[in-house]
Amino acid sequence: MKFQPNKNGYYGQFGGAFIPELLYPNVKELEDNYLTILESVAFQTEYKDLLQHYVGRPSPLYLAKRLSEKYGATIYLKREDLNHTGAHKVNNTIGQILVAKHLGKTKIIAETGAGQHGVATATVCALMNLECTVFMGEVDIKRQAPNVARMKMLGAKVVAATSGSKTLKDATNEAIRYWIQNPETYYLIGSVVGPHPYPDMVARLQAVISKEMKAQLKMQTGNENPDTIIACVGGGSNAAGAFYHYLENENVELIAVEAAGLGVHSGESAATSQLGEVGVIHGSKTILMQDEYGQIVEPYSISAGLDYPGVGPLHAFLHETKRAKFMNATDKEALKAAYELTKIEGIIPALESAHALAVLPKIKFKKDQVVVVNLSGRGDKDLETYINHLEK
Amino acid sequence: MKSLKNIFQEKENLLSIFFTAGYPNLNDTTTIISELANNNVDFIEVGLPYSDPLADGPTIQDSSQVALQNGMNLDIVFEQLKAIKETNSKPLVLMGYLNQLLKYGEDKFCQACLESGIETLILPDLPMVEYENHYQQLFKKYGLTNVFLITPHTSEERIRKIDALTEAFIYVVASASITGAKGDISNSQITYFERIKTMNLKSDLIIGFGISNNETFKTACQFANGAIIGSAFIKELSKNGVSEIDNFIQSIR
Ligand SMILES: Cc1ncc(COP(=O)(O)O)c(C=O)c1O
Repeated sequence: MKFQPNKNGYYGQFGGAFIPELLYPNVKELEDNYLTILESVAFQTEYKDLLQHYVGRPSPLYLAKRLSEKYGATIYLKREDLNHTGAHKVNNTIGQILVAKHLGKTKIIAETGAGQHGVATATVCALMNLECTVFMGEVDIKRQAPNVARMKMLGAKVVAATSGSKTLKDATNEAIRYWIQNPETYYLIGSVVGPHPYPDMVARLQAVISKEMKAQLKMQTGNENPDTIIACVGGGSNAAGAFYHYLENENVELIAVEAAGLGVHSGESAATSQLGEVGVIHGSKTILMQDEYGQIVEPYSISAGLDYPGVGPLHAFLHETKRAKFMNATDKEALKAAYELTKIEGIIPALESAHALAVLPKIKFKKDQVVVVNLSGRGDKDLETYINHLEK
Repeated sequence: MKSLKNIFQEKENLLSIFFTAGYPNLNDTTTIISELANNNVDFIEVGLPYSDPLADGPTIQDSSQVALQNGMNLDIVFEQLKAIKETNSKPLVLMGYLNQLLKYGEDKFCQACLESGIETLILPDLPMVEYENHYQQLFKKYGLTNVFLITPHTSEERIRKIDALTEAFIYVVASASITGAKGDISNSQITYFERIKTMNLKSDLIIGFGISNNETFKTACQFANGAIIGSAFIKELSKNGVSEIDNFIQSIR
């Protein structure tokens, strides 16, 4: 099991829990309990029930015929966009809210970039009648306004992060600072980032994506293994979920797509694997965009969910071992891909997911190559960006 | 320069001051250190400005941002400290985040500390397990000591373990909080300080986070060897620059 973390939460040299002593009791409590909870019958029963009847799982695996024709491959879309709340994020929040309840927590905090994780957290808090505070960068509050409104309607308090680049990194900083000062709260992290055990716990909760994929591919093609899986990577949770049950099967090609912003080397990019070096961010040793003195560099992407200067430690390890191939897409390429999917398949993707679609023209496919693109979310939240772009 | 050990043996009610290197101006570092030394501050914490200081409140965050905008970096801090190594009489403690050490190069960083007269490090995001697995050896090689933090939520068992590993002093974080001046010390904080005091630890204790004035300093000194003032001093610097340091220190003692 090469791609499972060791007992200290390390994937190779990446991972660990680099947290101030103030957070030690919280993280330790979670570390000591998460596996027992996740594997308990009570948890599994409730988790599966909610995923089926509340989220609407299994999400369809859709053979995109016209997209397939265009790129000369057999392309399936894993439709995480059809989940309740509109993205894969809810798989994780349903799971973690049950973990929080098992631990007896009543106050929940979360960070959010695109607002999808914030909405998914506010949703499960409403469902479970728990108090919810979401930290969101000031820049993201502006560019993802519909999600801010949804969070508020769901009863969450949205706190603006005004430090640094005022995006996901800074929202995470503020959430951690709040957590230090309010240790009775449960921090519901939205991606496979943060101190151990979060990356492993979130990956396990998102693993439902590849679990379903296996069964659906078996049904639809007779073979549970695709040739290639493509997913976008911000922190890396939808990719971790889409890759999870295929990690040890090296015949399945894994492609992780990062946001190149205005171009990988433009100085306005979030392509961490290309620009980053080993470092510590948000409690985890990973690859990280930083200057020569270890100051974290402010990333840029049109997509709030990919606008992050690190990646989860699992992805750092997949990159280092070359188990996954890391590609990237610029703002422009993502926008183009979003329009294309909308026009030929009638699906408006999230800007994040559009980055995964945007590498299709860059790959030479074999004729019968079976490709699954993880369509991590829907584009409702990005309409304003899409419309602005359309007018130009 | 006297070592920290000597200072702890010789005196009680130690006053330590934290400041962010490069704030308010890039070249204030050595002036601040000599002013603090002249006013009998017992040891000095030099903060390395960091882009993402997770354990710090708004005051130190802002000072870090200004310092970085002023062009402060590790090479410059070390050069500034080297220049006063022979003249400075007070022990220096360096406070920064682990990523700064990692990126600079672990050995290069430790060597530079040595050459700059630094004997002790505070890295709030360096956890005990990582220290035991790796950094203990590294720091030992360069004769550097590490400071662990304990908080109101640190278990007795863990405090005992930290006590055993401690060579410098234990940093008693006054409340479950990030850095920043808070005003008074509450009864529950007193109970916590008493609990730590009666554990009879072998290590010296310094209380910090939220110590801001004569009253809170005096209270802290009843339960520890001394206390650290950070944010309140940064606020003083932002008001008056380096000109009123003597008045500020005298108001504490
Ligand atoms: C639709 C969608 N996809 C992808 C992401 C990126 O997150 P991750 O890399 O954790 O999947 C986000 C984050 O907000 C998102 O909303």
